[in-house]
Amino acid sequence: MIAGLFNYWIVIVLMMAGLYIVMSSGHLVKKIVGLNIFQTAVFILFISMGKIAGGTAPIIDSAITLYSNPLTHVLILTAIVVGVATTALGLAIAVRIHEAYDTVEEDEITAMDAQSLHEENTASLAAESDK
Amino acid sequence: MIEQLPAIQLLLTLLAAPICSMLRNGDHAWRLATAATWLSTVVAIMLLIQVWDGGVISYQMGGWPPPWGIEVRIDELNALVLLLVTLFGSLVITALRESLRGVMRHQRQSLYYTTFLLCFAALIGITITADAFNVFVFLEVSSLSTYALIARGRDRRALTASFRYLIMGTIGATFILIAIGFLYMVTGTLNMQDLSERLPAHWDNRVIQASLAFFTVGIALKVAVFPLHYWLPNAYTYAPKATTAFLAATATKVSLYVMIRFLFDVYGIEFAFEKMQLSTILVPLSIAGILIASLVAIFQNDAKRLLAWSSVAQLSYMVLGLALLNASGITAAISHMFNHAMMKAGLFLALAAMIYRVNSSKLHDLAGIGRTMPLTTGAFAVMGVGLIGVPMTAGFVSKWYLISGTLDKGWLPLAALLIVSSLMAVVYIGKIIDVAYFKPAPPQHADVREAPLSMLIPCWIFALLTIYFGLDTRITAGLAGRVAQSYLGVS
Repeated sequence: MIAGLFNYWIVIVLMMAGLYIVMSSGHLVKKIVGLNIFQTAVFILFISMGKIAGGTAPIIDSAITLYSNPLTHVLILTAIVVGVATTALGLAIAVRIHEAYDTVEEDEITAMDAQSLHEENTASLAAESDK
Repeated sequence: MIEQLPAIQLLLTLLAAPICSMLRNGDHAWRLATAATWLSTVVAIMLLIQVWDGGVISYQMGGWPPPWGIEVRIDELNALVLLLVTLFGSLVITALRESLRGVMRHQRQSLYYTTFLLCFAALIGITITADAFNVFVFLEVSSLSTYALIARGRDRRALTASFRYLIMGTIGATFILIAIGFLYMVTGTLNMQDLSERLPAHWDNRVIQASLAFFTVGIALKVAVFPLHYWLPNAYTYAPKATTAFLAATATKVSLYVMIRFLFDVYGIEFAFEKMQLSTILVPLSIAGILIASLVAIFQNDAKRLLAWSSVAQLSYMVLGLALLNASGITAAISHMFNHAMMKAGLFLALAAMIYRVNSSKLHDLAGIGRTMPLTTGAFAVMGVGLIGVPMTAGFVSKWYLISGTLDKGWLPLAALLIVSSLMAVVYIGKIIDVAYFKPAPPQHADVREAPLSMLIPCWIFALLTIYFGLDTRITAGLAGRVAQSYLGVS
């Protein structure tokens, strides 16, 4: 049971680890890393489902009788590209955030945002009372 | 030529995007982008005419027959969504040049239009494809370009809003990918038509049930169903002015379309709603979403954030309509998808025109704007009234169907709650109208002039459409009604 479904157990462990990092870590770059682990788990899920023990690439040849399903592998090539693009964009935004806030810790950013929201609101109230 | 239309629809903007990125001159890029989007609107209208009265166009990409090849399939439902995306997207991009002037360097503008076109093309792709995996890829292309568009906002909080949306959006999309993987694992096909035929045999399979759960959570993140709407208010508030109009009109609506397509077609009503009892989750969540988001909207002092919260409430109306699972409810959901896209895009665009002149979306900065910018504010007021759901406007039609849907179910208290939420809409829209018309303009806004024509005309087109679709409901409620009948008749 455990040996036969080894890949799927790994998928579950990686998936949960990734999601946990995304949720628990306040560091934006670590969040991206967590997201990557989470996505990689799904890639392994897809690849595992197409694999047949002893199967090879689908080449038309009389010597080959057992094929793995190539479609899931092809799908994951696309998904990997999507994942790389997401990581690149996420890191780029993280760099811009670092330039704008001088930190990549979510707590500090939230505090700074709350501060500027508070200032805006007091400005609004002041404008209201002027009239 | 005519049979190649589905491919042309997708390729027009997809090919225009890279060309746009190579143009150094922002104005040329804008001309190309506008031409491409308007052409694709024409194609969308031609496709809608072809499928009017229940026809279906099936197009085989590259000539490979389904279920092996990728099929593009257009029926009445996605022809309507196609019209929504192309028409409202084109109207927004027409106004975009003026909105970007002075805010962005000339060279950067071409890249901005490129991102816009990519998002536009990907949304079309999601809408017309009949391949489950294609939906995921296009969903990610559109989301990635959306994150980039939001991050261009002037406030630094646009960056955090965009990052937050990126995290949530990617988790949502990956959940959808898991769901599709499970479907493929059991059925061995990715074609939606083929999937819907093979799935009934596997209803008791735990993998398929898990797949439905993953899909529902994933798409709920993308649609911003309450309480997964966390990313939406900030993303809409800090996105660049006119871009918000495009996002509010299209991104969540197309996700809602994916939700309808998968739950009603691929999984099937019987499995998703009767066997798995999805309504018992979606109905309470959407009711909570309607009431809480409307309440939060009332207390905002930033017009953009107010409209963003109102979007959360309005999206909940659509999900509620679907979860009611009767003819009026589904009609309401589909027609409100179209009507709300139109009104919200118009409202955000009118607001963008105001911000263009006064450089702020704070309510106290919009004081007296009804006198300095009477035409823009007039358009805003017309669409605001439409959003509330006053008779003779588009908003009334969909709310009418929604309330009759709840009455058909015999849920009187829910109908009363919907009327209460409409009154809350009166309050929050009234707040902006009140400030605009009845408060004196601050002295520093004495020289504020009317918005430039290239922004004003799209605003008024949206406003006139709001009234037009309130009187002539053949395209919205008529078509939505037929789609609802076909869904309920089959099951």
